[in-house]
Amino acid sequence: MSAGDWPGEVHGALKRAGIALVGYVPDAGHKRLIELCDADAAMRSVVLTTEEEGIGLATGAWLGGVRSALLMQSSGVGNCVNVLGMVRECSIPLLLLVTMRGEEGEFNPWQVPMGQATRAVLESMGVSVRRVVMAHEIAQSVTAAAELAFERGMAVAVLIAQQVIGFKSFQEQAAQ
Amino acid sequence: MTATLRRREVVQALLAERGDLLVVAGLGSTAWDCTAAGDSPLTFPLWGAMGAAAMIGLGLALVQPARRVLVITGDGEMLMGMGSLATIGVQRPENLRIAVIDNERYGETGMQATHTAHGVDLAAVALGCRFRSARVVTQASELEAACRALRTEKGPALIQFKVLAEKLPLVLPPADGVVLTKRFRREVLGEAAGTG
Repeated sequence: MSAGDWPGEVHGALKRAGIALVGYVPDAGHKRLIELCDADAAMRSVVLTTEEEGIGLATGAWLGGVRSALLMQSSGVGNCVNVLGMVRECSIPLLLLVTMRGEEGEFNPWQVPMGQATRAVLESMGVSVRRVVMAHEIAQSVTAAAELAFERGMAVAVLIAQQVIGFKSFQEQAAQ
Repeated sequence: MTATLRRREVVQALLAERGDLLVVAGLGSTAWDCTAAGDSPLTFPLWGAMGAAAMIGLGLALVQPARRVLVITGDGEMLMGMGSLATIGVQRPENLRIAVIDNERYGETGMQATHTAHGVDLAAVALGCRFRSARVVTQASELEAACRALRTEKGPALIQFKVLAEKLPLVLPPADGVVLTKRFRREVLGEAAGTG
């Protein structure tokens, strides 16, 4: 693992937190972490058609005694809103890792509205939010978020700032 | 398709001799049907999160592979989560079955027609999503075999039961989500339910 390998560090943090199930919609920012989870025989990874499905998946896994995490882009947060009501009402522990779009460096203006609303949308549904801007701080933030989620029965989202991902164009994103 | 089945009789038959079956009940009428058949800590009835029932079933089925999981939900609820049939079809858990209680109506909002009233075929969608089996059941004479199939056939399996559009007395499950979650986990996990 190189010093700049935050996906590798986050994968390790998820394993240490006892995460055995990961739901995701394919995402450029999470590409490496998704590959690591897919390749991990001790982790079941579930590809979703929409992020909303992940909230149901995480709820079912918790009912069956297993800790899970969901990986999504900020646009996907908007797809989860109503079902987050269940998470709150049932005190389901929830760990969301959200790569941000619509921030500094965004090349697609249509990503801006949801990116700007992401924190407010999550907080309005009772999800505790922390935003990380330095790559080397992501894993420790995930560890702390997992502890809050699973020891305190909370819904917690770690927002990974767009500057960490650093794509500046469609071409760069597609070429990664 | 003319429905003859009665929804409470179908759900009663599905839950007869349920043993350690884990049940997720979709919001509205199917949650009331499951409660009318007998409240159980191993039933997780939804009061919201429309469209999420099948995915909760998938999460459960993946982490409890030795237990049978049955999602009992309505046509409107299943239509709202139709993408989850594709997600289930990728994972293909053998222990997951779905019973759609299809009255072709949105029963909680004034009995408006759902897409299935216009011929949308959820069993065909499930087959297209790589379910191992899926079919439509319309007759009381088929009920026993259908219930047996949902117990014994390898999943993922879906049966769409065409039922009469009836207005029935409400039989409500507990509404406190924390209570529902805790009692379910305690029953499934025993002492381990206390720890995350």
